[in-house]
Amino acid sequence: MAVVRRELYVYFSSPIAYVVLTIFLLLCGYFFYSAFAYFSIVSMQTMRMPYAAGINVNEMVLEPLFSNMSVIMLLVMPLLTMRLFAEEKRSGTLELILSYPVREIELLLGKFAACLLVFCLMLALTGLYPLLILIYAKPDIGPIITAYLGLFLLGSAFIALGIMVSSTTENQIIAAAISFGALLMFWLIGWGQSFAGSGLGKILVHLSLLEHFDRFTKGLIDTRDIVYYISFSLFFLFLTLRSLESKRWRG
Amino acid sequence: MIEIKNLTKRFGGLTAINNISFHVAHGEILGFLGPNGAGKTTTIRILTGFFPPTSGSAKVDGLDVFDDSLEVRKRLGYLPENVPLYNDMRVSSYLGFAASLKGVPKERGEKEVDRVINTCGLQPVRDRFIGKISKGFRQRVGIAQAIIGDPDVLILDEPTVGLDPKQIIEIRELIRSFSGQKTVILSSHILPEVSMTCGRVVIINEGRIVAEDTPENLTGKDSSRVMLEIEGPDKEIVEKLRTLHGVTNVSVDAYPGGGSSRYTVEMEKGKDVRGLLAQSVVESGWRLLEMRSSKPSLEDVFIRLVTEEVE
Ligand SMILES: Nc1ncnc2c1ncn2[C@@H]1O[C@H](COP(=O)(O)OP(=O)(O)OP(=O)(O)O)[C@@H](O)[C@H]1O
Ligand SMILES: [Mg+2]
Repeated sequence: MAVVRRELYVYFSSPIAYVVLTIFLLLCGYFFYSAFAYFSIVSMQTMRMPYAAGINVNEMVLEPLFSNMSVIMLLVMPLLTMRLFAEEKRSGTLELILSYPVREIELLLGKFAACLLVFCLMLALTGLYPLLILIYAKPDIGPIITAYLGLFLLGSAFIALGIMVSSTTENQIIAAAISFGALLMFWLIGWGQSFAGSGLGKILVHLSLLEHFDRFTKGLIDTRDIVYYISFSLFFLFLTLRSLESKRWRG
Repeated sequence: MIEIKNLTKRFGGLTAINNISFHVAHGEILGFLGPNGAGKTTTIRILTGFFPPTSGSAKVDGLDVFDDSLEVRKRLGYLPENVPLYNDMRVSSYLGFAASLKGVPKERGEKEVDRVINTCGLQPVRDRFIGKISKGFRQRVGIAQAIIGDPDVLILDEPTVGLDPKQIIEIRELIRSFSGQKTVILSSHILPEVSMTCGRVVIINEGRIVAEDTPENLTGKDSSRVMLEIEGPDKEIVEKLRTLHGVTNVSVDAYPGGGSSRYTVEMEKGKDVRGLLAQSVVESGWRLLEMRSSKPSLEDVFIRLVTEEVE
């Protein structure tokens, strides 16, 4: 589809995709390295003390790695989505494109898909780190796969929210700032549990992006988590569509 | 082909266009004229489905632009004001992108891009970035993307703004070449452009249509004028000429030097006072250096219409 191709072209013809990819990989690499180095020291010691068994590469390296990755995504994903509609609104190209016989939904899904592809590339490159572990240790493969599924779902949710914000402003910086703020809020909303009543607290926890992600890193797939992320994404895509269509409403 | 009926658009308290109606026949080039802020872009945006009217309707090919937006957009080629294009793309790949969004089948896409590149004279820049080409070429890319997919209706919002005279003439020729095949609405505030390319002109001011006619009729309707160059005291000359029967207004336009001045004399409609003018100038002992009658330009008509409205 033409929109996907164009968006991918824009990502890779400007520095933005490279910068985001590099930052993401470097940060992940740093966390990976420090966790792995610590792990090897500990495992060296345990070899000398066989009775202190029970250390596990999944728990010590991979789980922290994946949750660190999700936090870094929180920081960098708004940079991938901020441009998508804000820039076209600012330059007026959105007006021209909407005069073509394309439906808003095609345009939206095209942009979403392009961003998702860039994100998948980003995730695929981080696959290097778990592969390195495979050489030196024997981790469980299951949790790695579920963690990647979780990261993918989490990423789509981030993108959907970012696109929605981008469609409401003409300013990329504002789009990035608001998406970051909103994501952070959805990330931490579960903390409200401690002071909200038990009923509301449950709802808050259920809304939290973080809460649903934890289980994936432990190798657990719960349909409720999957449904949560998918409905989160669909909800924000739907809002975007509305915001794109709103100016066509009679009023 | 295009039918606009009682169209009104308000932005909050501001009425951008107020109950305007006009139509454009198939194959006609219509000039849509008005000063800044008259409501040209607003009307055009309703036609292209960018926003709906507050009331009234606009139809293209019998289809309502609001209810059948997608069908209407299939028939439209649009060049927005300020030519918003993707600066980060190359001309040919941008046009390819436009072609595929406009539903040109893949196998014909490349041919179609070549066709519009040839029509619009874009060969020299076809592989350059849009952000790096001159304004004239940029404007042509804008027109090229509008005619891609061969739509029946073209809507061009100030397509020659900011171009040098040579480019203006070339773009004008290009637009004129669509005459008879495509229905064109050409918005502008440059009058010669409209009088040279368009068969009919709609003049809009402050959201209302103030005139609608052919350029010839518009200029013909106005009272005619005489330009004079006379050597003599200009205050007295103006006073004297004003008293003549059939003269409505006399003004001094310029002082070309050598003690003479240029005057514009406006006459009542249907009266020819040239003989009277010459006679009275000579009888007063002044020297008549030149006299010619001049039809008002479209510009004069435009300014008159627009200022009348304000008064
Ligand atoms: N989106 C908008 N919101 C509020 N007011 C608007 C909007 N668009 C246009 N206007 C107002 O509507 C009026 C008509 O504007 P419009 O852009 O249609 O004029 P125009 O004839 O195209 O002028 P120009 O020759 O400067 O392009 C102006 O007073 C303008 O300020
Ligand atoms: Mg305008």
